[in-house]
Amino acid sequence: MSVFLLLAIVAILSVAGFVLCRQRALKQAGGTARNLHSLPNYYGWFGFIMASVPAVLVLAVWMIGQPLFIERQLSGFFPAEMIEDDAARTLLFADVRRVASGLDVAVAQGALTEDEANNIRTEFGSVRDRLATVGVALGSEVTPPVLQAAQDYREMSRVGAVGRTILTFVLSIGGLILAIRATNPEFRARNRVEQVVLALLILSSTIAILTTVGIVLSMLTESLRFFTMYPAADFFFSLTWSPNFRGNSELGLLPLLWGTLYISFVSMLVAVPIGLFSAIYLAEYASNRVRSIVKPLIEVIAGIPTVVFGLFALVTVGPFLRDYFAQPLGLGNSGSSVMTAGIVIGILNIPFISSLADDIINAVPQSMRDGSLGLGATKSETIRKVVLPAALPGIMGAVLMAASRAIGETMIVTMGAGAAARLDLNPFQAMTTITVKIVSQLTGDTEFNSPETLVAFALGMSLFVITLALNILALIIVRKYREQYE
Amino acid sequence: MDDMRLVERDVNQLHSKIEAKGVQVYYGEKQALKDVDVSILDRTVTAFIGPSGCGKSTFLRCLNRMNDTVASARVMGSIQIDGEDIYDARVDPVQLRAKVGMVFQKPNPFPKSIYDNVAYGPKIHGLATGKAELDAIVESSLRKAALWNEVKDRLDASGTGLSGGQQQRLCIARAVATSPEVLLMDEPCSALDPIATAQVEELIDELRSQFSVVIVTHSMQQAARVSQKTAFFHLGSLVEYGETGQIFTSPKDPRTEAYITGRIG
Ligand SMILES: Nc1ncnc2c1ncn2[C@@H]1O[C@H](COP(=O)(O)OP(=O)(O)OP(=O)(O)O)[C@@H](O)[C@H]1O
Ligand SMILES: [Mg+2]
Repeated sequence: MSVFLLLAIVAILSVAGFVLCRQRALKQAGGTARNLHSLPNYYGWFGFIMASVPAVLVLAVWMIGQPLFIERQLSGFFPAEMIEDDAARTLLFADVRRVASGLDVAVAQGALTEDEANNIRTEFGSVRDRLATVGVALGSEVTPPVLQAAQDYREMSRVGAVGRTILTFVLSIGGLILAIRATNPEFRARNRVEQVVLALLILSSTIAILTTVGIVLSMLTESLRFFTMYPAADFFFSLTWSPNFRGNSELGLLPLLWGTLYISFVSMLVAVPIGLFSAIYLAEYASNRVRSIVKPLIEVIAGIPTVVFGLFALVTVGPFLRDYFAQPLGLGNSGSSVMTAGIVIGILNIPFISSLADDIINAVPQSMRDGSLGLGATKSETIRKVVLPAALPGIMGAVLMAASRAIGETMIVTMGAGAAARLDLNPFQAMTTITVKIVSQLTGDTEFNSPETLVAFALGMSLFVITLALNILALIIVRKYREQYE
Repeated sequence: MDDMRLVERDVNQLHSKIEAKGVQVYYGEKQALKDVDVSILDRTVTAFIGPSGCGKSTFLRCLNRMNDTVASARVMGSIQIDGEDIYDARVDPVQLRAKVGMVFQKPNPFPKSIYDNVAYGPKIHGLATGKAELDAIVESSLRKAALWNEVKDRLDASGTGLSGGQQQRLCIARAVATSPEVLLMDEPCSALDPIATAQVEELIDELRSQFSVVIVTHSMQQAARVSQKTAFFHLGSLVEYGETGQIFTSPKDPRTEAYITGRIG
C-alpha cells in the first residue's frame, strides 16, 4: 500500500477520532458542555491526536530506517574491497537503488512481469537495454551482484511495506480506541492536548538545532580529513591560492578571506547608509501616501534574482567603473573588481536593511518622541538622540544579517569580481571570495578524496566561523548599548 | 470640603501669561474641545480638573503645540503667550516647547541613563558651559523632583529601570532642567506615593516663584492644596474657571458642584 494511501487512511481515522471522542464526551455529559472538564473540541482533538501522531511518527521513523536497514543487510553480498571506502559504497548503493527502481518501473509499465523481474539474470542479455526500453537510463552495464542486490532490495522493500502498513494501522486504530475509552467528563482533555502542543513546539525547535549541529559536524569531519592531507598552518597562513588538480596545490585561505571581507565591506558601505537613511525618511518624515508608494518600490529590489544583479554588475557597473574611475585614476583596467561586486551587493542589501530598519524605527513608541519634542528638541535631534539609540539593537541585527548575506553572496561575486584569488588593496582589481572558490572547487570532478576538493569543507567551515563570530560580536555590542524602552 | 486646607490666595495683581480664546480641537471629525477661553496668570499654579476624557490633556497639549505631532488633530482659535500667537506661522514650535515644558501623563523616560535623561534638555539648548555646570543642573533638577536621594548612587543606570513613580519624577526633573517659563504637568502624581506627592507639590509651590505651572489632576485635594486658580472641564467645554477657593467652596455652575461633590465623573 502506498504511503500516500496510508496517510489518507490515518487522516480518515483521525477525523473519526475527533468526531467520536467529541460526541462521546458530550453524550456522557448529558449534552451540556458545562459538565465537561474541557470544551468538547478538546476531547475531539485528543481523539484526533491519539489516532494520528503515534502512527505518523512511527511511519516516519520506519521510512527513514528501512533503507538503512536494507543496506546493512545487503552489504554482505559484496566483496569487502568494493565497499571499504565510503564513496565507493555510496555509489554502489546508488546503483542498486537505481536498478531496483528501474525494475519497478518496468513492472509497472508491463515490460516485465513480476516473476521476470525477480528472476531476470544478466546471463540472458543486457538488463541495461531492457530497462532502457521503458525509459530508465543506467550509466553502465548491470553486474550480477548489483542485479542480485537490487532484486533482494525489492523483495525486502516489499516485506517492509507490508510491515509498515500493518504497524501504522494498528497504531492508528489502537490510539483511536484508547482515546475513546479514556473519554469521560472528568478526563482533562485540554491539559493533554496542550501537552501535545508543547511537545510539538519543543520538537520543532530541537529539529532546528539538530540540523545546525548536523551541518557543523559533517563540515567538521570533512574539514578534519582535509587537514590530514594538507597542513593546517599552510591553509590558514599561506598567502597564495593556486589549486592544481594534479597535486602540489597551494591552498591558502588568506587571499580568499581578504577578498570576502573587502567586498563585504564595500557592500556595507553602500547598503548601510542608504538603507538606513531611506528607512529614517520613510519612518519619520514621509507622509502616508509617499510611504505607501516608496516602500513597495524599494522592496521590488529584493525580488530581483541575484543572477540578474550579476548581469547588471557584468555589463553595466563593471564597465562604467572601469571607464570612468579605474582607468582615469590609473588603477587598472579590469571590469571585474571589488568595487563592482561590492556596490552591486550593496544595492541588493539596501531594501533588506531599509525595510527591517523601517519596522524597527516604527516600533519605537511615540511617547519617546513626544518626550523629546516636549523638551524643545527638533525632529532631527529627536531622531538622532532618542529614536535611533532606542532602535539600535534592532538595527544592528538588521545590519548584521545584511553582512552575513554579503559574505555568503556568490553569484554576484562570480560575475562582478571575477575568480582570481588576490591579496591587493586596490579596489578596482579583480578578486574573489570564499564562496566562489567553494563552488569552483566542487565543479566538475566531485570525488571527495583529494585536498583540492576537500578544501571546500574547510573553506565552508571558516565561513561559518566568521559569520558566527560576527553574530557574537553583534550580540556583545547590542548588549552593551542596549537601551530598552517599555 | 471643610477638611481641606486651602492655601492663601495671592493672585490679584499678576499679569496674564497665556491667553486662550475660542480654542477648538478636532481629532478627525470628532470634536474634543469646544470654545475654550482661559487666561492663565504668570507665577501662578493653575489646576485643570474634570472627568476622564473631557479634554484636559488635549488642552494642555495645545499650549505647547504638542498636538502638531498628532496627524489627525486640528486646532482652531488663538492662544497667546506673552502676547504672541503661538500658532502664528512665524513661531517655531521647537523654541516654544523649550519655553513651555511638559510632563506627560504616562512616564516616558528615554532609554538612556538617569543622568542623560536629565541632561538631555540642557545639552540640546546649550544651557551648561561645562561638565561641572551640567552636573550641577542635573543634581539640582533631581533634588527638586525629590529623586536625588534615591538615584544619586546610580546615575548611570537606565532610566527605564526605575519604578513607575520614580520614572515620573525623573520626567519632572527632565522638564525642570530646561528651566521653562511655563510648566505643563499632566497628572504628575498619579503614580506617586503620598510622600513623593508631597515633595512634588512642594516643588510646584517652589516653581511658582519663577514660572507659571499648569497641572492636570484627578485629585480634588491636590488641586485645592497646590493651585491658586482652577478650571473645570466637562465634555470638551470649560465650564468654570476661577480662584481655587471660590471653585471649591462656592461653585457657580451646578455641574462643577456636582463634580467636586462626587456626583459626576
Ligand atoms: N490622539 C487622539 N486621537 C483621537 N482622539 C483623541 C486623541 N487624544 C484624545 N482623543 C479624544 O479626545 C478626548 C479628550 O481626551 P483627553 O486625553 O484630552 O482627555 P483627558 O481629559 O486628559 O482624560 P484623562 O483624565 O483620562 O486623561 C477624548 O474623548 C479622547 O478620546
Ligand atoms: Mg489626560
